[in-house]
Amino acid sequence: MSKYKKRFDGRKFDETRPIEAEAGVIKKADGSARFKIGNTVAYAAVYGPRELFPRNQHDPKKGKLRCNYSMMAFSGTGERIRPGPNRRAKEISMVTEKALLPVVDLSDYPNAVVDVFIELPETDAGSRCAGICAASIALADAGIIMKDMVASVSMGNIDGQLVLDLDYAEEAFEDGDVADIPIAMIPSTGELTLLQMDGFISPKDLKKAIELVKKPMEKIAEIQRKAVQNRYKVK
Amino acid sequence: MNEEFKEHITKSLTQNMRLDGRKNDEFRKITIETGVSKTAEGSARVICGDTEVMAGVKLALGTPYPDTPNDGVLSTNTELLPMSNPNYESGPPKIESIEIARVIDRGIREGKAMDTKKLCVEAGEKVWMVSLDVIPINMDGNLLDLGALACMAALKNAKFPEVKDGKADYKHLSKKGLPLLETPIEVTVVKIGENFIVDPTEDEESVLDSRLTVAVLESGNLCALQKGGDKPLTAEEVDKMVELAIKKSKELRKLL
Repeated sequence: MSKYKKRFDGRKFDETRPIEAEAGVIKKADGSARFKIGNTVAYAAVYGPRELFPRNQHDPKKGKLRCNYSMMAFSGTGERIRPGPNRRAKEISMVTEKALLPVVDLSDYPNAVVDVFIELPETDAGSRCAGICAASIALADAGIIMKDMVASVSMGNIDGQLVLDLDYAEEAFEDGDVADIPIAMIPSTGELTLLQMDGFISPKDLKKAIELVKKPMEKIAEIQRKAVQNRYKVK
Repeated sequence: MNEEFKEHITKSLTQNMRLDGRKNDEFRKITIETGVSKTAEGSARVICGDTEVMAGVKLALGTPYPDTPNDGVLSTNTELLPMSNPNYESGPPKIESIEIARVIDRGIREGKAMDTKKLCVEAGEKVWMVSLDVIPINMDGNLLDLGALACMAALKNAKFPEVKDGKADYKHLSKKGLPLLETPIEVTVVKIGENFIVDPTEDEESVLDSRLTVAVLESGNLCALQKGGDKPLTAEEVDKMVELAIKKSKELRKLL
């Protein structure tokens, strides 16, 4: 029996924090979005396709997707975060790119780049997932050809209890093992485009976690699609 | 710079008309929202036309500088995010962002906005370090004035964390706000041709001849200046620009 019987914030084990999504929030960008899940907020802006520098990265067959994840200086509980890329941000930028790449079709933009900038003004765990959700909406808003949204949320395993969408307090659970598994999925095919884990979990529980996350992913994708639709709704 | 575009803007300014329909001495509509980031000890968002800028305050306990053992430390930083404008690139801070941060910092510091003595916990050992970060979300001009405004709103919004065993407990904020004394307001007056305008858009900034940023105190006195742009200013022009800045600062002050 798990020692984690009731979630700290009263949610059900398979319930995400409240989600808000809006497209077109940054006017200078070609596409943009804001994705809020609980107290984690991500902005994403898409610029491009545009000219790619340095030139040696040009691909005559297709455009390049370039993601940049960054936390604002005041976006963490505790001391100020020094701005600029660090090892963590660089890794997250890379896995974000890989999470989005399978759904975008950039074959119309040889030698060009589509830049995705993700910025977080406040975080309470799950920031890479929120960033991927925001980026996916922003890419659609920018008119990039996509075969589906990429939805993303974390699954957790707290002392043997599977929980959806960990917040910071849950990540810091002390009376048992915690696994944090950020996942991104193409909901229409069920394929995974991001899968990371830190902590401790049995192979059986991992299998269950991936199975359980499917439904919430579909719900998140629906919120993402609504955000794009609302942007072009006739009022 | 596009000469025809400049000519077009200048011509319409001579008739007291901006490209977006404003008068030369008119700001875009400004809204200020505070407490916009729960992880910051104080935060604010300023929206003015299409420009949106956030400011956040982080507080930390640290060692004071040896020459000012009784004073807390203020530092101001601006990140011109490539997210906010297609012309901004990733990389180390460029001179535009350094200038904005330094001029905002100067207004707050020289205007004695904060009583830094009251930030002292233990002389020579422990003081509060106040970090201000100014970050544009969407940049369509006038980042300096709007960033400074966001900073003052964020400073007013900030609350100290509780202190437990000599350490800041960020999970619990106290009810105590920062020791604020003054509210400096920064207004930049831009000269294009023979015209003076305030609150320039990005397009207007791209064709400016010169600019003067004036930090104004409640008394109407000044606490910081910064002249920018490639063309010189006459003493009479400076006079006019300062006068306009003081007039506009009164409008902005009411928003805080």
